[in-house]
Amino acid sequence: MTWASAGEFFAMGGYGVYVWGAYAVTAVFMVVEATLTIRRRRRAMHDAMRSSNEGMGS
Amino acid sequence: MADRIHWFTFAAPSRFYVLSGFLVPWLWAVCAVLTVVGLYVGFFVAPTDATQGEAYRIIFIHVPAAWMSMIIYLAMAGWAALGWAFNVRMAAMLARALAPTGALFTFIALWTGAFWGRPAWGAWWVWDARLTSELILLFLYLGYIALVEAIDDVRRADKAGALVAIVGAVNVPIIYFSVRWWNTLHQGASISMTAAPKMASTMLLAMLLMTLAFWAYAFAVVFVRARAIVLEREAEHDWVQELRRQGPPGRETFA
Repeated sequence: MTWASAGEFFAMGGYGVYVWGAYAVTAVFMVVEATLTIRRRRRAMHDAMRSSNEGMGS
Repeated sequence: MADRIHWFTFAAPSRFYVLSGFLVPWLWAVCAVLTVVGLYVGFFVAPTDATQGEAYRIIFIHVPAAWMSMIIYLAMAGWAALGWAFNVRMAAMLARALAPTGALFTFIALWTGAFWGRPAWGAWWVWDARLTSELILLFLYLGYIALVEAIDDVRRADKAGALVAIVGAVNVPIIYFSVRWWNTLHQGASISMTAAPKMASTMLLAMLLMTLAFWAYAFAVVFVRARAIVLEREAEHDWVQELRRQGPPGRETFA
């Protein structure tokens, strides 16, 4: 499949709104999910460390 | 003596945590490579469709997302059932880890389907059997998540969730066979176990590559979430404190 220009690629034969609307939302949601989940795991480790400090400190 | 298979060896949250920590970075790498190759084939190798023009290229994320939404639900129900039957905490934690990702893929299938339906059928939405049963799948996922979060006693919540997940599993074959059992606007199966695929091989290749990419993504994200759940539940246990003292065994990149 050869696209004559970048413009033609983004236009997707007139269906650009539909194709990129679908792909953009998909990409955003997947990146956000991955980011939030990795942060959740790191926060959980951080909280586990903190709770043990409190237990041992007193 | 290694003459007995230790079926439950990775049921230990500590072992799961360490193993998944090693695997997750590789899963992200596999996902990235497959995505790049799959999208390249989909946009620069696969030709224009004779009837739908370029709009059909949504297929490369729509079908993989729909497949993942169904597979993840079955995995979730399966792990929930195993956790309930054998009273294994790790299985229940995996079921909980799977649910949000399954819900996400269901939403993506519905969203990309709507954006494909508008140019292809002239409609963002129709209440046909496949679309409706996929929407119900989304409600089942959200219902499962809401239920397990609502019950304070964690083990009770696991069991209640397992019941909901197992009962809801009947919806998955309904989604799959809907295009055969009912007269639907949604097209029938292009790929079957018994006949040659009814689509161009480059299109099929891109679709399969993206399916594998989504699968790798799902494993990575679900493992990370399961690791979070393990730490949240097992924080007081010795092995967590050991990890804290010694640091994790591997690099844990994006894990």
